[in-house]
Amino acid sequence: MIWNEAIETMPLEDLKNLQSERLVKLVRYIYERCPVYKQKLDKAGVSPGDIQGIEDITKLPFTTKLDMRDHYPYGLFSRPQSDLVEIHVSSGTTGNPTLVGYTRDDLKLWGDVMARVLCCAGAKPGDFVQNAYGYGLFTGGLGFHYGALEMGLTIIPASSGQTKRQLKIMQDFKPRILACTPSYCLYMAEEAKELGLDPRQGSWKIGIFGAEPWSEPMRNEIEQAWDMLATDVYGLSEIIGPGVSQECTYKDGLHLFSDVFYPEIIDPDSGVPVPEGSNGELVITTLTKQAIPLLRYRTRDIVSMTSQPCRCGRTSPRTSKIKGRTDDMIIVRGINVFPSQIEHVLLGIEGIHPHYQLVIDRKAHKLDEVEIMVEVDEKIFSDEIKRMSALEQKIRKEIEAILSIGVSVKLVEPKTIQRSEGKAKRVVDKRSI
Amino acid sequence: MKIKQISVFLENRKGRLYEICSLLGEAGINIRALTIAETETFGVLRMVVDKPAQAAELFRKHHVTVNQTDVVAVEVPDTPGGLANVLKILSDQNVNVEYMYGFVKKFSEKALLVFRFDDPARAHQVLMAAGVTVIGEKDITGL
Repeated sequence: MIWNEAIETMPLEDLKNLQSERLVKLVRYIYERCPVYKQKLDKAGVSPGDIQGIEDITKLPFTTKLDMRDHYPYGLFSRPQSDLVEIHVSSGTTGNPTLVGYTRDDLKLWGDVMARVLCCAGAKPGDFVQNAYGYGLFTGGLGFHYGALEMGLTIIPASSGQTKRQLKIMQDFKPRILACTPSYCLYMAEEAKELGLDPRQGSWKIGIFGAEPWSEPMRNEIEQAWDMLATDVYGLSEIIGPGVSQECTYKDGLHLFSDVFYPEIIDPDSGVPVPEGSNGELVITTLTKQAIPLLRYRTRDIVSMTSQPCRCGRTSPRTSKIKGRTDDMIIVRGINVFPSQIEHVLLGIEGIHPHYQLVIDRKAHKLDEVEIMVEVDEKIFSDEIKRMSALEQKIRKEIEAILSIGVSVKLVEPKTIQRSEGKAKRVVDKRSI
Repeated sequence: MKIKQISVFLENRKGRLYEICSLLGEAGINIRALTIAETETFGVLRMVVDKPAQAAELFRKHHVTVNQTDVVAVEVPDTPGGLANVLKILSDQNVNVEYMYGFVKKFSEKALLVFRFDDPARAHQVLMAAGVTVIGEKDITGL
């Protein structure tokens, strides 16, 4: 079933006209309502009149995560705070987090694209959805909630964690659909086995997994463990949250809802579009959002894209799974982590600049673990164990407060952390995903 | 009379203590007293050596995290209650002992202990006033 058939199977020519019409309107809207964007466009020498159609999009300047941070909280908004019905906050690189907001129409849009996601994955009217994405400031939980609500499915707002209860809910209500991070799904399989349950006998037949990168081997592992269809969902809070793109049951790329989120794939260094099928950075323009519409937002995710129609009938372009990042962001249990955040905390603690390294590993029980190794130099070294232990605790607590996930801290000897060409390697990702 | 204690940060891994000790051995520096405090992941080796300044320099050169602290070496009668008597003097005067350990080699009828106090100067005063023998840097070098 296709949720918004008229839009999702629209002939390409009509889709292009719709995108053109929407872009022209959007640029005028932003220019009139957002002083920060007006200045940005003026500086780039572009006036709304220069944008006649979708092909003119390359005349527009990019928007970056830095813009989000520099204009925190409301600088990039095109509507006043009183027009917002909901806000969400995610972690930023340093200092300010990223704030996004929704008008009532934006929430309707979110519900619509998330209903498309659910249908795309194979949901049918009458289905039960166990939503194990976190409810709260993170967009995952409520995004799926609104989609299921829009589609009229029965929602179990389980939120993340409490694995035993998740499994009990599954056994008692037999939901056919599960939404959570892929690593959590594997973790639940382990837990189920420990409780003496056979995951393959479980009720979940369709999984919608996202908020962290995962691979084909991981898909196979999930599908075999649970005897389910495992699909990939993509999104980011700056654009809307989950709901930017989703795999259909053919699992041959993620359908990107380009009537509302216009995609470009560019060379991250030159900013120039790359040929179809080549890898590049995904850039998205939100064509119809009201509260905080963004022009050419640099997602920093590396993907390739094809406009070949899919067997499922949808005409939207399809992207590959995420193949990498243009920055040093890593995703751990659905949470964005930047090494600069760790650095910020360490600098704040001792007023010095110790060498550190993040080691991320997915251990046997399938959940990602973060260990932060900090080199002990003379300024922080004490002969008293209690001071050293207190320092270790303090570093751990402050980092956990910033990242909202549990970490462990390990104090190590100087020169323990590998350095390449004099520069320390900040992240060691041992996860095989 | 305070003496210098050398402390070294150690990760808990095989052979590390040997490496540290052999550095000292090769440089002709003698360990007079030592103790190791440890947690699950790291340890602190504390020691009194005959040439503390040289030892610190040596460790720095080998990228070993080192720190020098003032400690007090005290002669304690090697008889039942000998240590208790010294501790009573300190306790009566509210002098706090952070930690303590013994010397490797006995060189008289008395035991020699190293005390780490939060306030070594005051501890020294209290001990001297009570007639307890405190050992100086020179005595250590000559041991």
